Amino acid sequence: MENEAGALSRVAGLFSSRGYNIESLTVAATEDPTLSRMTLVTVGSDDVVEQITKQLNKLIEVVKVVDLSDGVHIERELMLIKVRAVGNDREEIKRMADIFRGRIIDVTDKSYTIELTGTGSKLDAFIEAMERSTILETVRTGASGIGRGERILKI
Amino acid sequence: MSTELTGAEITVRCLQKEGVDYIFGYPGGAVLYIYDELFKQDKVKHVLVRHEQAAVHAADGYARSSNKVGVALVTSGPGVTNAVTGIATAYMDSIPLVIISGQVPTHAIGLDAFQEVDTVGITRPCVKHNFLVKDVSELAATIKKAFYIASTGRPGPVLVDIPKDVSQHKTAFAYPEKVSMRSYNPVTRGHSGQIKKAVQLILGAKRPMIYTGGGVILSDAATRLTNLVRMLGFPCTNTLMGLGGYPATDKQFVGMLGMHGTYEANMAMQHCDVLVAVGARFDDRVIGNPKHFYNEARKIIHIDIDPSSISKRVKVDVPIVGSISDVLDELMKLLQAGKDKLDQSALEAWWTQIDLWRARDCLKYDRASTIIKPQMVIEKLYKVTKGNAFITSDVGQHQMWAAQFYKFDLPRRWINSGGLGTMGFGLPAAMGVQFANPKGAVACVTGEASIQMCIQELSTCKQYNLPLKIVNLNNRYMGMVRQWQEFFHGNRYAESYMDALPNFVKLAESYGHVGMKIEQPGDVEGALKEAFKLKDRLVFMDFITDQTENVFPMVPGGKGLSEMILV
Repeated sequence: MENEAGALSRVAGLFSSRGYNIESLTVAATEDPTLSRMTLVTVGSDDVVEQITKQLNKLIEVVKVVDLSDGVHIERELMLIKVRAVGNDREEIKRMADIFRGRIIDVTDKSYTIELTGTGSKLDAFIEAMERSTILETVRTGASGIGRGERILKI
Repeated sequence: MSTELTGAEITVRCLQKEGVDYIFGYPGGAVLYIYDELFKQDKVKHVLVRHEQAAVHAADGYARSSNKVGVALVTSGPGVTNAVTGIATAYMDSIPLVIISGQVPTHAIGLDAFQEVDTVGITRPCVKHNFLVKDVSELAATIKKAFYIASTGRPGPVLVDIPKDVSQHKTAFAYPEKVSMRSYNPVTRGHSGQIKKAVQLILGAKRPMIYTGGGVILSDAATRLTNLVRMLGFPCTNTLMGLGGYPATDKQFVGMLGMHGTYEANMAMQHCDVLVAVGARFDDRVIGNPKHFYNEARKIIHIDIDPSSISKRVKVDVPIVGSISDVLDELMKLLQAGKDKLDQSALEAWWTQIDLWRARDCLKYDRASTIIKPQMVIEKLYKVTKGNAFITSDVGQHQMWAAQFYKFDLPRRWINSGGLGTMGFGLPAAMGVQFANPKGAVACVTGEASIQMCIQELSTCKQYNLPLKIVNLNNRYMGMVRQWQEFFHGNRYAESYMDALPNFVKLAESYGHVGMKIEQPGDVEGALKEAFKLKDRLVFMDFITDQTENVFPMVPGGKGLSEMILV
């Protein structure tokens, strides 16, 4: 969509006013600074998704809408998770982070902050794998998506 | 270097370039520079209303009756919030408007300044698009875009918010000749493959039905529609917004459909086997309960400029996205060129069935009543104006009676708030209609509740000598509310009685108009004739009508289209 003030609120407003869900939403400028790209994750029946697509296309600032789930695509999400890491746990958490291909990016004598990317379900799995009481804080970006192979979304 | 103009000058120059002859508005602090520039020229004439809601309704009435973009000008803060009802009304009915609003200076935005509201935020859900102009260098291009967006594709209101300092700052003025927007390219031509499919369905139809809405009016496609329907010999119904799209006096017209549609229109809609929907959106007041609608199998062709109107409430078989005019032209061409013929014997049987439904005479009422029946007033209004008047209405029972009993043969003659249902619309809309059609007879059909929502505009009418004829169907109730309370709430008339009504005759007179009170059925026609003879005066006719009259047929909310309550 056009990289203009207010474009995001039009999209968000559309979802709330028509009763659609937003599971997650990420947006940032693209290599063309006049355009920004949004990945929005929603759930709904085929009819609802069709309506959402049509309604989004109607917004003046929306340039193009693609349903990534129509084809093969890649999704990635970034999570920063801060966990209590003391005593024996420190080694165990480090190992777990390695298994999930996460990176510890900040360390204190009581905590680790781990950076993890992947699909939403992978991040969920990591949270599941951590003992609940050790989790101090999480922050997730929501999914960004792109089509696989030659499939591109370009204006 | 070219001479630089202020934002205010640019605004007015842009309006001139767009050929705007009237602008409806109300001044205030944030738009003073713009008013100053309007004052210095005479191409764009300003009409001073008495409330900003009326400014937008008047611009709306102007647009609906003329197929031009209506323009309103309001100040920041309360000016905008008052205008919101008008904007939402136009949005629901897809009316092309440009609303120019003042805003506090850019450096004060966000600081809770005097008369500041987040105009772009407040109006976002009820405009086709809106803009906040932060720099005077963007102003001309933004206004150009606003007119372009408002009047193309599915039309709608577009708001341009201009901070006071932007209207004061100077820049070189150049009005763009053209607009090109990568993110906005409305479709006009329908998909030829889809149109071919539609032709096949139409030719195979045994019980066809043509159902048309406001899109036909907006697309100026009434003549095309009429030619097509007559060529096919199919029955045709109009929605409330679509009246005048097909001549109401024609024998193929089966009346309006929907909640207060005719028995024959609703039955034919429910029982047809091929339905051609043209510029209509299957809304809840039109087809009732969609589940019940699905009980009968039928194939649906849906022509609309807005893809999001297609398969929204009802799934259709052949969607055609495009401008109604273009698509109807294509359909006509293919039908004329093709060798296949319609199934005339099936069509004859279908008409026999429709005529049986017609014989039910669903709009009958007590014509011998000694109390004035509201339906009779509309019938007499039709007779006295020979069906040639522009009729605006407010919202409620009187609106439905006007829609049922005034036979609109032409488009853009029936001006009402169909989608939003805005009480208070009728009088200011009539003002706009009169400005757009200075020689036309303009009547506002209203009720004693609705008219009081914008009655201050009687003052505007005096200032500009607008010879409107106000037909007030005064039943001392918010009639439609009372009707629902009678049918669905055990006759408990909670707050629906309009107590302490003014003396409308004296009220009209105090505004400098002519007032009449009519209490006897025998006086109705005479009063109307007398009123329309007063060509240069506004006449307020207060008809004291039957308090207990209800609008029939009625499809109760949530019921199916064929489950009507009949008189």
